[in-house]
Amino acid sequence: MIRDEEQIRKSSRIVARRGLLIAIGQLAAIGILADKLRLLQLTQASEYRNLAEKNRISVRLMVPERGRIFDRNGTALADNRQLYRILLVREEAGDFEAVLDDLGKIIAIPPEVREKKIEEIKSRRPFVPVVVAEDVDWDEFAAVSANSPSLRGIFAESGFVRFYPYGRDFSHLIGYVGAVNSRERNRPEDRDPLLEVPDFSIGKTGIEAGLDLTLRGKSGNRKIEVNAYGKAMREIDRTESVPGKNVVLSVDHLLQNYVRARLHEEVAGTAVLLDISTGEVLALVSRPGYEPNKFVTGISHREFEDLQNLEGPLVSRGVWSAYPPGSTFKMVTALAALEEGLISYTDTIYCGGSMEAVNRKFHCWRRGGHGRVDFVKSIKESCDIYYFTLAEKVGIEKIAAMAKRLGFGGEFDLPLPEVSAGLIPTKEWKLQMRSSAWQIGDTLNAGIGQGYVSATALQIAVMTARIASGRAVEPKILRRIGSFEIPSAAGSLGLKENWLDKIRDGMFKVVNESKGTAYKTRSIGKSSLIAGKTGTSQIRNISAEERKRGVIRNEDLPWKRRDHALFCGYIPADAPKFAVAVVVEHGGSGSEAAAPIARDILLRAHYGEIPPLSAYPEKQRISIEEQQKKLNIIELKSDPMVSSRA
Amino acid sequence: MTYFASQERSEPVGIAKLMHLNWGLMLLVISASALGVIVLYSVAGGSWEPWAGAQSLRLVVGLAIILGFALVPIWFWQGIAAPAYLGAIGFLVLVELLGVSGMGAQRWIDLGFVRLQPSEFMKVALVMALASYYDWLSLEKVSRPLWMLPPLAMILVPAEIIRNQPDLGTSILVVAGGSIVMFAAGVSLYYFAGLGIAAIAAVAFVFWSRGTEWQVLTDYQYRRIDTFLDPSLDPFGAGYHITQSKIALGSGGWSGRGFLQGTQSQLNFLPEKHTDFVFTTFAEEFGFVWGILLLAIYGIILGYCITFAIASRRRYSSLLVLGLGGMFFLYFTANMGMVMGLLPVVGVPLPFISYGGSATMVLAIAFGLIQSAHVHRRR
Repeated sequence: MIRDEEQIRKSSRIVARRGLLIAIGQLAAIGILADKLRLLQLTQASEYRNLAEKNRISVRLMVPERGRIFDRNGTALADNRQLYRILLVREEAGDFEAVLDDLGKIIAIPPEVREKKIEEIKSRRPFVPVVVAEDVDWDEFAAVSANSPSLRGIFAESGFVRFYPYGRDFSHLIGYVGAVNSRERNRPEDRDPLLEVPDFSIGKTGIEAGLDLTLRGKSGNRKIEVNAYGKAMREIDRTESVPGKNVVLSVDHLLQNYVRARLHEEVAGTAVLLDISTGEVLALVSRPGYEPNKFVTGISHREFEDLQNLEGPLVSRGVWSAYPPGSTFKMVTALAALEEGLISYTDTIYCGGSMEAVNRKFHCWRRGGHGRVDFVKSIKESCDIYYFTLAEKVGIEKIAAMAKRLGFGGEFDLPLPEVSAGLIPTKEWKLQMRSSAWQIGDTLNAGIGQGYVSATALQIAVMTARIASGRAVEPKILRRIGSFEIPSAAGSLGLKENWLDKIRDGMFKVVNESKGTAYKTRSIGKSSLIAGKTGTSQIRNISAEERKRGVIRNEDLPWKRRDHALFCGYIPADAPKFAVAVVVEHGGSGSEAAAPIARDILLRAHYGEIPPLSAYPEKQRISIEEQQKKLNIIELKSDPMVSSRA
Repeated sequence: MTYFASQERSEPVGIAKLMHLNWGLMLLVISASALGVIVLYSVAGGSWEPWAGAQSLRLVVGLAIILGFALVPIWFWQGIAAPAYLGAIGFLVLVELLGVSGMGAQRWIDLGFVRLQPSEFMKVALVMALASYYDWLSLEKVSRPLWMLPPLAMILVPAEIIRNQPDLGTSILVVAGGSIVMFAAGVSLYYFAGLGIAAIAAVAFVFWSRGTEWQVLTDYQYRRIDTFLDPSLDPFGAGYHITQSKIALGSGGWSGRGFLQGTQSQLNFLPEKHTDFVFTTFAEEFGFVWGILLLAIYGIILGYCITFAIASRRRYSSLLVLGLGGMFFLYFTANMGMVMGLLPVVGVPLPFISYGGSATMVLAIAFGLIQSAHVHRRR
């Protein structure tokens, strides 16, 4: 210990010197602190105050409830289901694993889910809420809410999620909603701020997409004071959102369900059922389909891949796929010829199985030929030679004009995003699009609905309805938007009744007279007789060589190269109410593959229930009964889906 | 003879010593602590719970400690410097052992009413021990390398234990605080100059090596440094707290947003708002004027320590007061520097203002010792 006076003096000198140096250093440091404080609080004060306001006030969009979609009887086809979920904010939870343990006592958290969530929580920034339990039921939601004071950092949240009670039946017609992608977010014509909301869904396909703006509603907003975790503390201002409009469709969910079930055994195909008097679409089904509910919460990559492996399940075949209409187009050629006055009903043409035109040989589907064919027989037995001859006489321009009048080659005004116009070729079209001159052969092919001609099933159904009614029936899917009733109007077609009667007579005989191409699929009962027309559209060229060797039967061809099977028809034949068009892709012949399905659909619509066996020819009743038993439809179930319809 | 004259001459005894305290210093300490309680009240959203009430209670205890320590002669405190230092080391090791047996990193011992953080006590014990050592060591030996080994060991051993806890911030402050005592004791300036050059060279080397195959730090650590240098690089990650802290501070302006009106702190934008980041609330609500006032209080306290140290004719007291003042200085500088974005984020409390049991106790002990040195100065 320093006691010596000399040392004390010396020490004092040292301490004084060093003390002063320390003082200078400390003063400098305090000066720097003070200056920085001045810079922050005086020089940059207003800048930081702005930032603070931005921090504090958060404008939150209020998402409107999406409009619901109903069928003609008020059954919900697209509904909104309340969804409850549990979120965790790590920064507030502290020891979040312990919090998860506590949460696990209230709701079940499987160990593997727990592990995943822990990973996710760790990987996110500490203030970002992480969903720890999606879609919990109301009891769990209430239990968590009640316990939230003791569960630090845990929030229970509720929202809506789209739900399709009859998902698979309406996969193409209703479509589905999904998260907004970057392309949709940047569309100049749709700058709705709702698109920026993270969980917001918009319609992707079908009615959901076609009527998206109607169903979506208008966003409201809330100006709220938030804390650092984004938790609302106080509401400053509010504008309510406007919910989307409810939409009522013309379809009948039971009919739709029946049609889908009836098409179920086909690999790919479509059926459209119309109400002739109003043009209302009663059922519009496309095979194969998919489960739209899976898309709502986000479909996994693998599931999507699996879907891709099927025959285009996402394609809405009824309105988007254009097929060569084949013989169902013969009515168009016939009416064009009638209007031009080029034939009388009694004129006959000889069909020997083939004819010569412009140095080419044209073949009838029936190799032996039909013999002498008059107008009605030409429809009933679907003679190709008759229509080649007519087409050559009438010319493509007249045929095209008549086709347009009957509903081909144009788009109908439907609230669907993807509607095909099909194709009715003209000379001009070929010159422009194919840069080659129109050939007589092209006209001949068009006359029997082959070649360049293509049409959607909906267009074929509309043609059928127009022929059956004589009026310009317009297809209609929407009955009501909000409280606005959509009117249906159909003017006259301007075609003479006696022409149409002759066509109808032919179509009646197709089904109801022996030798008619669809005689096998006739129905029994005076008031429930069907009229219709088969079609078998070839999608390959049959070479002369093959003809020599013998045309390969459809069954022996690879599926992809087989003919499409078509049938269009209406019921009842004497007072038409319902029209149908059925296409079975690569189904073989229209009479074999499409007509039986069409008959069942028409009878189902006509009877308003599963058609009675008495409506079928006696010999077929056993097999029909078998087939009906196998149908997997709502009407046959003891407890129709009520439980899943929340 | 006047009262003041008698104060100068006579050695006070017993309770009469209270008259000889430096009451000006006491007043500064008490007013700074009162500001602390007010801020803690505000931080809790205008409530005594959970911080302001408990902190007031601790202040009463702290005041008693100051008075109690002040009454005990300074030579007693000098005499127990070595046992106090060894006790603090033992305390640190004990916590380390408990930490190993317990869950994860543990820096404290829970006594029920207060959690004792041995690293806090170490700061005072180290200054006491170093001051005592240099009081004992004759002046000629101060700068001799051999005689520098014991103080260096006294500094580095606890620093390493604390760094291992891990609490890098406190560890660095312990080293810096110890260095101040060595500096005050008269260790040759060449050592400090050499240390400074070495430090600059090391920093330069660290940055120079970046991007080469043999870089000294990991990429992650470099990014931490980048974020410190420019918080906007990572507004939601490591830079988030500093950015938010600056927003709160800056929005306070000249006169502040008013008591209980600080939107940023009231709305939880700030982390550790009652401990390490308490100054942001203080500055946001009370503004520049009060911020400078607080700095001034700190400055005057430091000024008192230095003038006392220079005037004191007791070497132990001089070094003790300079060392304690230096520790005090390092703490508020590190804390304010951090919240204003001048220094990296290290968890150190703001003296008198931050909520905390150990910190308050240790501050009381430090100021008790300073008062004791004052009361028992050579007249």
